[in-house]
Amino acid sequence: MSVDLEKLAEQEYKYGFVTDVEQEIAPAGLNEDVIRMISARKNEPQWLLEWRLNAYKHWLTMKEPKWPNVHYSPIDYQAISYYAAPKKMETLESLDDLDPEIKETYDKLGIPLEEQKMLAGVAVDAIFDSVSVITTFKEKLAEEGVIFCSISEAVQEHPELVKKYLGSVVPHNDNFFAALNTAVFTDGSFVYIPKGVRCPMELSTYFRINAENTGQFERTLIIAEEGSYVSYLEGCTAPMRDENQLHAAVVELIAHKDATIKYSTIQNWYPGDSEGKGGIYNFVTKRGRCLGQNSHISWTQVETGSAITWKYPSCILEGDNSVGEFYSVALTNRRQQADTGTKMIHIGKNTSSTIITKGISAGFGQNTYRGLVQIGKDATGARNYSQCDSMLIGDKCGAHTFPYIEVKNSTAQMEHEASTSKIGEDQIFYCQQRGLSAEDAVSLIVNGFCKDVFKELPFEFAVEAEKLLSISLEGSVG
Amino acid sequence: MLEIKNLHVNVEDQEILKGLNLKVNKGEVHSIMGPNGSGKSTLAQVLAGRDSYKITEGEIIFEGKDLLKLSPEDRACEGIFMAFQYPVEIPGVANTYLLREALNSIRKYHGEEPLKHIEFAKFAKEKMKVMDMEDNLLKRAVNEGFSGGEKKRNEIFQMQILEPKLAILDETDSGLDIDALKIVADGVNALGSPERAFVIITHYQRILDYIVPDFVHVLVDGKIVKSGGKELALELEKKGYGWIEEEKTAANS
Repeated sequence: MSVDLEKLAEQEYKYGFVTDVEQEIAPAGLNEDVIRMISARKNEPQWLLEWRLNAYKHWLTMKEPKWPNVHYSPIDYQAISYYAAPKKMETLESLDDLDPEIKETYDKLGIPLEEQKMLAGVAVDAIFDSVSVITTFKEKLAEEGVIFCSISEAVQEHPELVKKYLGSVVPHNDNFFAALNTAVFTDGSFVYIPKGVRCPMELSTYFRINAENTGQFERTLIIAEEGSYVSYLEGCTAPMRDENQLHAAVVELIAHKDATIKYSTIQNWYPGDSEGKGGIYNFVTKRGRCLGQNSHISWTQVETGSAITWKYPSCILEGDNSVGEFYSVALTNRRQQADTGTKMIHIGKNTSSTIITKGISAGFGQNTYRGLVQIGKDATGARNYSQCDSMLIGDKCGAHTFPYIEVKNSTAQMEHEASTSKIGEDQIFYCQQRGLSAEDAVSLIVNGFCKDVFKELPFEFAVEAEKLLSISLEGSVG
Repeated sequence: MLEIKNLHVNVEDQEILKGLNLKVNKGEVHSIMGPNGSGKSTLAQVLAGRDSYKITEGEIIFEGKDLLKLSPEDRACEGIFMAFQYPVEIPGVANTYLLREALNSIRKYHGEEPLKHIEFAKFAKEKMKVMDMEDNLLKRAVNEGFSGGEKKRNEIFQMQILEPKLAILDETDSGLDIDALKIVADGVNALGSPERAFVIITHYQRILDYIVPDFVHVLVDGKIVKSGGKELALELEKKGYGWIEEEKTAANS
């Protein structure tokens, strides 16, 4: 039996179904009226509408970035609908009011929304197209003073916090996709952890794109006050469609003195078929500010989906002794393309950052690591350790690495390691001789390769991530 | 158990095995010796199912089945184990993890329930003792950073865990010091059973002081040219391979 690493077969995308639910969908196209409509629908204060319009004006003057190492046909921003919401939404008092079709969708995705059925100790905010449909365990979290709700709700209930922090990490004119998001963002999660509180459970948001020809533009804001701790996880899936769909999110994290935010992502948007037809364009801006001393932000991402991924979860290390971490597994199979990495901006003294990335390319996949480590002139004693490993499966795929290092302080200590390896037929044969199939062997070897990243994920999700990786690699050997 | 009939094998259009015949019964230990390049490792690789070797003629029957029709993993599940001459490293994959997956894959093939973590750990611990291995070797990544001796010992440890019907040792003894050699031999002997057979491929008679073969075969230029008992190994040790080749030439002329 031969192990032909080049032969790629169609893998099955388990989450590709469509939910039949009555939805309100805005007509395609982007203009000030659409933005006013979204804002009015959400009953937003004037300042927020003005912020959106301001972002829109900036966006009109901006150009879509062409520097990422990805290729796709031009996006027609006027052909996208910027708002889609299930009709029976209005005010949802309890789970009983939730449209059964939507509830079933989440059941099918393995995210039961009944609190008693959920993984113990995980609260979920479920976002369906443009709106949050339910947030679980709200009362329990409120006992500790933790606020976990949709951002639309936060605008109504906690306007002072939203006004203070929204856009404080990613300004409205930051980049093309962030500006677009600011103009039209519809929902997302809001988290606030008060001083000294260790959030008693994992918080998670589950994003689901359902409606056709719509974009998803969510905005997430997490604030950790002095001495607090939170671990947050997001997951995402979408139906299988022949058209590309745009997902342009913004995530902002703020960590005050001695606070820790762990942010984990398991991204499994529809990747498109083996010919590269369909799939999600995942253009995301994620950034955290370590504002206070000894603050700590850790990003962990497992990116297996999307036709195109463009994201650089970053840390701005302002507080002295603050710590930024980025752990990433990015898999590109079939015709998928990913340009992903991080930026670690060292401003405070004795700041340190760690970057560990594992890029896996199979099929015709193209995987790019792009990272910037910047040590400012006042960042005395800053340290960075970067390790970027790439693995190739077959010989039609590619791995690319673009590390940028800018050091303006001579006391900085920088370490950079990089490796590229080809998954060896010897390794596969060795495992086969021990009784494993070629596919199991590849998944075992790849999971071993990703171990340093998976160990950063909360336990249940690490198990999920391993499974997901195995599924995404199905058909990469034949 | 194993019958190889008139086996011809090519590697990159060059014929390496030229009509090899071998019969191995249950409970027997066979040793295959021969000079460099005679085709010893090729034989091991072909039995294990490596696909870069092209079988142009002949057949291999294992336990009544046409071995050449089985995938490498199915051969392993049927009970064939090969201790590699050069075991590969698999970074990040714990030794114990590979072995548990492998054992459970074989159990599944036979319709048996998988072993639970705890059951496997207990089982592995017992085998560790036989091989005089440190506990942390189980947790370390497969062969990563292992010394040459550790790698070979790990191969025999894996054999202990998987308990094959037929074990092929491809030059497991080369590169081992005398203490490691004894441990490896003990590991092999501990598995000795009337139900199990061994094919030991080696350059040197040395390992046969510890693992006593029932048959010794001399492989020269892709064919078994002489077979005998364990005394043949001693004779080879004394005289080298030259005299056999001369004998062969004489016989052919």
